[in-house]
Amino acid sequence: MAVSETTQTQSTIPLEVFRYRPDQEEEPTFQRYEVPYRTDWVVLDALNYIKDQLDGTLSYRWSCRMGVCGSCGMMVNGEPKLTCAAFLRDYYPNPIRVEPLDYYPVIRDLVINMDDFMDKLVEVKAWLLPKEEKPLSEGEYLQTPAELAHYKQFTMCINCMLCYAACPVVGHDADFIGPAAIALAQRYNLDSRDGGADERADAIFSHEGIWKCTFVGDCTRVCPKKVDPAGAIQQAKIAATKDWFRSVLVPWGKK
Amino acid sequence: MSDSKSEKMSKEYIRPMPADWWLKKKTYFLFMVRELTCVFVGGYALFLLVLTTRLGDPQGFAALLNSPPLIALQIIALPMVFYHSITWLNLTPMVMVLWRGEERVSPFLITVAMYVIWAIISIVILWIAFLYR
Amino acid sequence: MAKSNEPIGWSLFSAGGMATAFFIPITIVLTSIVVPAGWIGAESLHDLLVLPLARLYLFVLISLALFHWAHRFRYVLVDLGLRNLAGILAITCYGAAVLGTIMAGFFLVSL
Repeated sequence: MAVSETTQTQSTIPLEVFRYRPDQEEEPTFQRYEVPYRTDWVVLDALNYIKDQLDGTLSYRWSCRMGVCGSCGMMVNGEPKLTCAAFLRDYYPNPIRVEPLDYYPVIRDLVINMDDFMDKLVEVKAWLLPKEEKPLSEGEYLQTPAELAHYKQFTMCINCMLCYAACPVVGHDADFIGPAAIALAQRYNLDSRDGGADERADAIFSHEGIWKCTFVGDCTRVCPKKVDPAGAIQQAKIAATKDWFRSVLVPWGKK
Repeated sequence: MSDSKSEKMSKEYIRPMPADWWLKKKTYFLFMVRELTCVFVGGYALFLLVLTTRLGDPQGFAALLNSPPLIALQIIALPMVFYHSITWLNLTPMVMVLWRGEERVSPFLITVAMYVIWAIISIVILWIAFLYR
Repeated sequence: MAKSNEPIGWSLFSAGGMATAFFIPITIVLTSIVVPAGWIGAESLHDLLVLPLARLYLFVLISLALFHWAHRFRYVLVDLGLRNLAGILAITCYGAAVLGTIMAGFFLVSL
């Protein structure tokens, strides 16, 4: 045997990956893979290595690999994380457990069914409902920097669903509209160009909306874009309360 | 993507949420502790209520205040009630957003203001109580 | 347009949370340390609490504390798994707070 090759003592790190193949098994299993340890690698790199070199059957979502598309959210050691932002070096040498996002049905391996979330975005009408319809010929909607500042933080949401995977109310109650949807509703409610707060009220100011939130605050803690959905929800509670008192104390006032 | 053959709907796997979900994560546990402080707040309110029934009966009132088991319960409640105050005041800036033009009033400043108010109120109450002794 | 009547429970909870955060700790210190240790006589505290302003303080504090407890505890029980009893829990908890408020009002007025 040729002795020309030096033994590569490349360090490795084990990944324990959730596997679910409905065509083959009833119950999920965990599969252990040894991946090369590189200090500049993230969990997504490790998953790509597994898929390319070790096991092409592994299924998972990813896209931009730089924290802006929101596709690669998974549970890493029990915490919802963007796998493109979770560095191997923060876990080395301990094994890293990778699972699909909590509280959602698993379609296969690390892929969850996110239809419910998409439906909720539609339910809260997460788009601009302009206060005044202006034809294009009349030019742009004008907005001061101060007006922009009021809702800018909530525009940062990348729909990654980490907040849903962190929220125990979502875990209990599939009907709860949830952090991102409410933050996005607030993003539009607070936008000076928008006039759709009343239309969103059914979805937000209802029992399935803000009132199910018990301000656990984990959603804000795990959000990779610092949207602060928990803050958005509490602020919405205040807005709803002011609205309620106004409608009760001044019923003849303009709605 | 319709398949002329029967399309097999693959069965999605639902992971059940355990009954002891709040023991699984440190943040969930601390949340539950924070919420349960309301029991001590409510319990103390009950104690105050009973105390009010003794107003007009100075001896009964004193007996209640000097009762060892009730003192013990209050001493247990004290750190819990402090935890309520601290967590509540720390969360205030997330709920109370104040704007000055384009900038948000610093959340840290709001928290500090809350603690200052808490300190002032406590000192004033102590002062009134001692004034009256 | 507010769709649910939750705001009333939540406002009481919030007011209660703020009031209890500021006032309860020092009140407990008074009744569990200062008086039992003898730094203030029980009779002195009694005479202070009989004053109208003190009675108002007690009434507001007791009531808000009870409503704060009611709203929060009801949700805790739901979070701990009693989801199906949500309606009954709400009535029981708020009911207890209302009862406590009425009792406090009665005793503090009828002095």
